[in-house]
Parts: sequence; C-alpha cells; structure tokens
Amino acid sequence: MIKVFRKPVSDPGMDKTAKNLTPEKIEKVIKWVLEKEADIRLKTYIETCIHCGLCSEACHYYLSYRRDPSYAPAGKVRQTLWDMLRKKGKVDGETVKMYARIAYTECNLCRRCSMYCPFGIDIAYLLSLVRRISGLLQVAPQYLQDNTNSHMHTSTQSWVPQDEWVDTVQWIEEELRMEIKNARIPLDKVGAEVMYTPHSHEVTFKTKIMSNIAKILNVAGVDWTMPSRDGWENTNQAMHAGYYETMGMIERKHFEAAFRLMVKKIMSGECGHAFRAAVYDGTRWLGWKNPPITYVSAVQFFYELIRDGRIKIAKKIQEPVTVQDPCSLVRNRGLGNMLRFIIRGTCEDFRDVTPGYEHNYCCCAGGGVINYGPPWKFIRMEGGRVKVKQLKATGAKIVIAPCHSCHKTIEEMSDFYKLGLHVMFANELIVQTMEIPEEMKAGQ
Amino acid sequence: MYEFLTSIEFYNFIKGPMVWVTFIIFIGGSLYRAITLLQGAKKAKVIFPYMSLKYSLRSTLHWIIPFASTNMRKHPLLTSISFLFHICLILTPIFLYAHNILWRESWNIRWWTLPEGIADIMTLTVIFCLLFFLLRRLLSPEVRFLTFASDYFLLFIVTAPFITGFMAFHQLFFDYDLMVTIHILSGELMLMAIPFTRLIHMLFFWLTRAYTGSDFGAVRHSRDY
Repeated sequence: MIKVFRKPVSDPGMDKTAKNLTPEKIEKVIKWVLEKEADIRLKTYIETCIHCGLCSEACHYYLSYRRDPSYAPAGKVRQTLWDMLRKKGKVDGETVKMYARIAYTECNLCRRCSMYCPFGIDIAYLLSLVRRISGLLQVAPQYLQDNTNSHMHTSTQSWVPQDEWVDTVQWIEEELRMEIKNARIPLDKVGAEVMYTPHSHEVTFKTKIMSNIAKILNVAGVDWTMPSRDGWENTNQAMHAGYYETMGMIERKHFEAAFRLMVKKIMSGECGHAFRAAVYDGTRWLGWKNPPITYVSAVQFFYELIRDGRIKIAKKIQEPVTVQDPCSLVRNRGLGNMLRFIIRGTCEDFRDVTPGYEHNYCCCAGGGVINYGPPWKFIRMEGGRVKVKQLKATGAKIVIAPCHSCHKTIEEMSDFYKLGLHVMFANELIVQTMEIPEEMKAGQ
Repeated sequence: MYEFLTSIEFYNFIKGPMVWVTFIIFIGGSLYRAITLLQGAKKAKVIFPYMSLKYSLRSTLHWIIPFASTNMRKHPLLTSISFLFHICLILTPIFLYAHNILWRESWNIRWWTLPEGIADIMTLTVIFCLLFFLLRRLLSPEVRFLTFASDYFLLFIVTAPFITGFMAFHQLFFDYDLMVTIHILSGELMLMAIPFTRLIHMLFFWLTRAYTGSDFGAVRHSRDY
C-alpha cells in the first residue's frame, strides 16, 4: 500500500459539517445515491475497470504532483467509490471529509481521463457521484456552498440583487455611450434574436467584459437582449456542489426567461460551466435530450460574426499569443477550431499549445475549484504546474482563455510563478482589434 | 487425491458434463450480464437517446486498431504487449490442434488448426505477457495503488490454463494425466469466471466504448482517442 500524503487544510464547510454527521445518515445517503440515483453506468464502470492505471497520465493533477498515484483518476476512484462500496457505506465523518476533499478539490471533472481509458470509462461521472454524496451530506468547500446558497436566493452566483443587476447594466450602457453613439443594452426586448447570458462577475468586478460584449453586439448590429429578472445568469455552481435540484432550478429559470422573451437563441458568455450546465447537465436533469432552445457559446457566436463579416478586424495584435482550450467548450463541445479561427483572425503570431484541442490540460480551476476561496488556492497553483509548463513552452506573452475559470486561474498562476503572461477573453481580443465604423463613434 | 484426479471417471466427468455446465454458465452468464446492462441502460434514460452507430464504430475502431489512439502511442511497449496478449489469448485455444480433436470427436466438426510450433510460441507469449502484467502491477506505482488481491487472482485464473496446457503437452515436471486434468479444470474455471468477474470487460468493452464514443462524437463533437 502506498502512503497517501495531503497537506492539512481547514475549511469550515467540510470540517464542521463532517463532525455533525452520524454513521446512520452517512450510510443512508451513500446507499441512496449509489443504489437509487446512480444509473447502470456506475455498476458497469466499476466492474469493467481492470485496474490498469492507463488513465493516470491523462490527469493534470497526477502530472503536476510528480506522478503521485493517489492523484491518478482511477486512484481517486479507488480512494472514494471503491472504498464506499467495499465498506457498504459504513464510514465515519472523517472519511466522508476525505472523500469530499478528493472529489471536490482533486478532480476538475474535465473528462480528459475518459479519452485515455481503453474502455472509455467516464471517471468524471464516478467522481461527480462522490460529489453528490458529499454535497447531500453538506460536506463541501464553504465557498462553494455559499455560491449555491446565492443561486437559491438571488439566482446568481455572487449575491447580485435584482435592482443592482438592472442598475449595473444601465450604468455600463451609459459609459459605453462615451465610445459608441447611442449604444444600447436592451433589457427585456421581446422577440429579439439573441439572449445574452453573462457571468455574474461581469456585473460585479469584471464589468469591462459586459461592456465589451455590448460593444461587439452593437457594432455588429445584433438584435439582442437580456432578461431583467431571474434567469439572466446560470453559472451554476450547484452543479459542481452536487445539489442537482438547485442546478435544475437555475436552468429552468434560465430557459423560462428565454421563453418569456421569445428569443431565437441563447448566447452563453465566455463561461465554460454555465455553458456545460445549460447544454448537458441541467438540460438532462430537466428531462430534455438537448437544450429546448438553440444554445451557442460566445466563442461560436463571435466566430460566426467574424466569418460572416459582421465584425471587421482593423489591426491585428502583434505579440505572440497562445490559447487555453476550456474543457467545457473544446473537449465537451468541439469548439477548438472556432476558437483558433478567432485568434488567427485577430493575432499575427499565434502559437498553438501541445497538447491542444480536446487533449489540452485542464487549467485546474474547472469543476468549481476556482470558487473554493483562499483555503484551496494552493491546490490550483500546484495542480496547474503542468499547465504552466505547457504555456511557458509556447513562449507566448498573451493567453486567450474564453472561460472565466480558466481566465482567473491562469492570471493567478502567472502572478504566482512570475510568468508575465497577460490573459485575455476572446471578447477583449475582438474589442481591441475590431473596426468601429466612423459613424458609430461617439462625438468627441 | 492423485488417484482421484487421474481416474478415468473424473476425467470423463470434467470432459463431458462439466464442459456443458461451463458453457452454459459462460454463455448464459454473459447473456444475463448483457441483458441486465441493456435494461439498466434503458432505465437510465440518458444513454440510449444519445447512441450513434457512426461514432460507436469510430471509437471502437480507434481502440481495437493498435496505435490508433493517443494513449496507445504514449505506451508503445504496453500497447504491443496488450495486443499480442489478447490476440494469442483468444486464438490459441480456439485453433489449437488438441482442442480441435475434441470438437471432432464430440460433434464431428473441424476447422483450421495452428501448427504445433506456432501454438507453442503463442502459448508462451500469453504466459510472458501475463508475467509482464504481474511485474507491472508489482513495480509500477500507479498500478500498484489500484491493485487488490482480486487482481492477482484474475491474473492467476487466466494464466493457469496456459501454463498447465503447456506443461501437459510437453509433459514437463508432472505426468500427463494429472496435468491435463488440472488444465481442463482451470480452463473451465476461467470461462465460468468471465461473466462474474472483471474479465467481463471482454463483453462490456464493446458497450462502454460505444456509449463513450457516441457521447464524445455525436453529443460533444470531439474525439475520444
């Protein structure tokens, strides 16, 4: 047996709640999830896995932690699900805490290991079951639980009240008019072509992003809108916490907002998980096969704008640029080529990453890990070492990361490891390079 | 004990009724596992709606052709050994001359047989591949971390028929009567174990690959190889 070493981390969301658990409650929840909620995939995957360890090299944690087998995908299943199944759910609170730590903080649910398993076992599905169990027992990082509470109360991730949302949109619009003549951020426009869905950070501390999006959509002449009420945001941390009821509620509100406005399609912001929750997890939870309304990512929408000539590029960026393929958009949606089309269209010196496209490493912030707050920042910095190495090798100065999680963590890693990288969203790239017709420019 | 194992009555039993029992358990058990899996998949609701023949085939082909997937190219030695192992493991018992004689004696059916020399090489290949797997289990940390007693047991029940068969044929160490009895018993044990152990991957490989292939290809528009 190989010894498993972990730094002690104190997180009240896990330490305090784990103390309150009784063995009966734990057993009940484990049995409920594994026997009632989990479908046939669990049994099939557990019984097909031949314990070969070939998934190991798929995992960025395994690679970043110097090939420590306890960070390998199957190694993590071994310490959680196999353990639960062997003990038939008879475990104590401390063990649940260990399960929670592994499932929440040592797996980004990026699904890269499925591409490396000879049987194609969806290991992320298995670990999301562990998250579900820990979530139902309320043993989850405190910040993540807080996000979920925020979703339940305000239907946004970061406690944005209703009035503040509308107010923020209005002042962003007002400021945008300094640059674009009669710029509009139309709220509640019934029958618009597109409904834009921002990340709640776009109205709290990254308002520039919202302003960029509005600028692009105004210049391209897109008929767009956003709902003024609940449903305008669906970043869905509840999906990561394993609170699937809340996850479903968020997506339902989101889709209902679109139905109310009778829009033709929804454009998700540059957020991987909001997209994933809407297109896969939330949709399936609500009982649809595919989203009930055409759902596109901002990457795809921008690609179409540039391809169709609705946005013209005036001057390209000269500095060397590389890319971060967000798992939810590339591995899980195949938008890698569209993303590269945008970058090649706006940058002179594009240096692709190896491995790229669906084989790209996760940024180590996905699966909600970005939201766990200060206690868990180290795990992103350490687990991202392989990502840092990969980005360094390209020699680029700018990284394009069209996902809030990837963007934030790469920025932090750049500070932490003194990489001097500048991280940009695709919308920043377009705003910096696009041509604004003279007649649209606000008079000086 | 020795007298019992080498007695003609016992030999006739394991060569006759026991073979029937083995095949009934092997085929019946496999069918049972396949049917329960498909029923479960139907109940799960998120599996069948996403299945796609094209992407199931794409994924399966990329994982049964040597070096067609990224991970196989990353581990050239293990890939070569695994493919050799599985090919020899399946072909040797089916086309072995001694086995074909049994089929002909019982049902008068015959098919192509392997020359003795090649069959020997293939048997040894299986044994050496299994030895490699055992060493990998013992020495490679990421595999050792996943290893339980059951993994050694699986290696053992797969190795046993090949070692005993080889020993019986070449009359090494023990006499033929004893070895052939043990060989038949171990072969029957392996076949009966398939539906009820992780050796079921022989059957489930095709099903999990098809699902993952469909999910990656048809739903998520990306590749799983």
